[in-house]
Amino acid sequence: MLTLMAAADTQGGFAIFLQQIINGITTGSLFALIAVGYTMVYGIIELINFAHGDLFMLGSFLALTLVGWLGLAVAPVFGLAAGLVLVLVLSMTFCAALNVAVDRLVYRPLRSAPKLTPLVSAIGVSFVFMGIGQLWKGVADINFPDLLPNRNLLGSEALRFTFKDLMVCLVTVPLMAGLTVFVKFTRTGKAMRATAQNPTAARLMGIDVDRVIGVTFAIGGSLAGAAAVVYGLHINTVSFQMGYQNGLYAFTAAVLGGIGNLPGAVLGGIVIGLIRSLGSQYVGEKWTSALVFAILIILLVFRPSGLLGARTREKV
Amino acid sequence: MKALVFGMLSAALGLLPGAAGAVAPPPQEGGTIKVVSSLPRTGSAKAQTDTIVNGIVMALDEAGRKVGNFKIEYEDLDDATATAGQWTQEKEAANADQAIKDADVMVYIGTYNSGAAKISIPKLNRANLLMISPANTWPGLTKPGKGDPGEPDIYRPTGKINYTRVVPADDIQGPLGAEWAKKMGVKRVFILDDREVYGKGIADLFRARAEEIDLKVLGQEGIDAQAQEFKPLMTKIKALEPDLIYFGGTTQTKAGQVAKDMIAVGLKAKIMVPDGCFEDAFITSAGAENLNGRAFITFGGLPPEKLKGKGAAFVAAYIAKYGKKPEAYAAYGYEAGNVALEAIRRAGKKDRDAIRTAALGIRNFEGALGKWSFDKNGDTTLRTMSGNTVKDGKFEFVEVLGED
Repeated sequence: MLTLMAAADTQGGFAIFLQQIINGITTGSLFALIAVGYTMVYGIIELINFAHGDLFMLGSFLALTLVGWLGLAVAPVFGLAAGLVLVLVLSMTFCAALNVAVDRLVYRPLRSAPKLTPLVSAIGVSFVFMGIGQLWKGVADINFPDLLPNRNLLGSEALRFTFKDLMVCLVTVPLMAGLTVFVKFTRTGKAMRATAQNPTAARLMGIDVDRVIGVTFAIGGSLAGAAAVVYGLHINTVSFQMGYQNGLYAFTAAVLGGIGNLPGAVLGGIVIGLIRSLGSQYVGEKWTSALVFAILIILLVFRPSGLLGARTREKV
Repeated sequence: MKALVFGMLSAALGLLPGAAGAVAPPPQEGGTIKVVSSLPRTGSAKAQTDTIVNGIVMALDEAGRKVGNFKIEYEDLDDATATAGQWTQEKEAANADQAIKDADVMVYIGTYNSGAAKISIPKLNRANLLMISPANTWPGLTKPGKGDPGEPDIYRPTGKINYTRVVPADDIQGPLGAEWAKKMGVKRVFILDDREVYGKGIADLFRARAEEIDLKVLGQEGIDAQAQEFKPLMTKIKALEPDLIYFGGTTQTKAGQVAKDMIAVGLKAKIMVPDGCFEDAFITSAGAENLNGRAFITFGGLPPEKLKGKGAAFVAAYIAKYGKKPEAYAAYGYEAGNVALEAIRRAGKKDRDAIRTAALGIRNFEGALGKWSFDKNGDTTLRTMSGNTVKDGKFEFVEVLGED
């Protein structure tokens, strides 16, 4: 690392390249957190839950409200840390509960309906959430208080890795690790994988499929809630429309990585973050969105199941 | 297309009482005259258009909602949709068609966005319907040679002028911004725009003047207004070491995030933005502490608290009625409303063409914005602009621009 930094100091161009890698990975991990929610739900019931991005938006609104109530903007360091953990937990719980509720009320009654029906309902839920967001906080962009120091943790000014960037890693990495352990090694995780593979067979083996689906929605929702808090603290702006764009990127990340595949969603998120930051540096800011989707199309031509996707089940 | 328009027109005329065939109806000396406005009433420009509508309503109310024997009605049309979050071509076109078809509509106040005006001006032009904009600043809408090739004639299929505006255009604001930057001691500037008619237009005008007066322009980039953050872009700009970033855009096209991400990457430059950001929403979205002492906003007029005479009276009445300070564009809405009334008064009859002609003939109008006239293009003769900054979460007037 030290030699890297020394190189960064002598070579401006290389420092900028490294800086864009840092930028790309931090925003990419945010996309990844949301993408996991898409991919888990798709993996288990083959539904593209278009409301997921807007769930994330509502989570960030809750976080903003809680930050105001708890007075975190003026809290001392210790209180701030404790407060933020509380906000994180509450936001995760809120999004998990909301996601489960939507599954119960909207998607579960449509479980045996043709695939397009729940898909269209998901778009409907997305509009309902946006409407709620609009009533809740209004239409304008809102500043999310700058609670964390923007201090550079690296010695050299040529390269910045700030406390905020570190915070993104501190939240995303353990969550992803925890999720992997959960899905791989617990009974419920095993049941989830079984349901994803074949719901009918899983039911025959005595797995309570509806409960497993509920757990999946809860986990996906809670990750969106975590992403919402991290997003607020890192990007510092929330608005009722933020779910759309972030949801679109996250969904793209899920497809890029191979929809239904958890590590794929994480990889896809980070790849999109990197395409955005490096594209902005070397191609031009206005091309970044086009670039993301161009790369997606090219990739899907050569690897139709995504970067890490292996299964080729029928897609919606 | 032409046949279709004629078909629509004669259909509209057919609805008029006493209309004989396709000839204009005889003007009436009494009855109801409708004034409509078409502004983005849903989505993120709502706060700003609320204040414009309040201004229009105050102007009409002060006149007792009547001019001579005419009862004045007002309808507040929305050219935005909730899904788009801003104006859409379809909504604006539909509003214009609705106004044209309604035989009582004599004045069309709007639009807020210059791009929307491009849709409705030619439609209303064919119907001889007067349009008064409280907020469009794209020069090409009125000024030959100041916009794209073919402008503004492409908006005037009949060859007559039906479009006026009470706000000075960007061919004044953009260059004055560059001069103000130079005066502040800025040497190196990076230009951003939102790739929209207004934002890109004013950024290009800023750039042209900046190059003339030897400010070093380090580059220009268009941003994606749907993007959530611009840290990679700011990282790139930081390496070029600018003293100032000029952003041609509005609060709705992410001015707040641009200002915020400059700080996030440790870029210590100033930021200058045009009047599309001269609203409290800009401060709320950027975060007051991120703008303190480093944000500069040009505005095509004087801020509400600097208005004198009728303007000051308007501000006082506004506060008394709505319980809060008007946003920057409120006075322009009020002025547009008064111009509509004045045109009807001068015409003295319910006739679209007479009212249109009367409006273009307005000279030395004593309004809330000062004393001004419409020039031959339908532009206001007002030239005074103000330079503002943000201090402790509030806009603060710095100086009058363009007087010397």
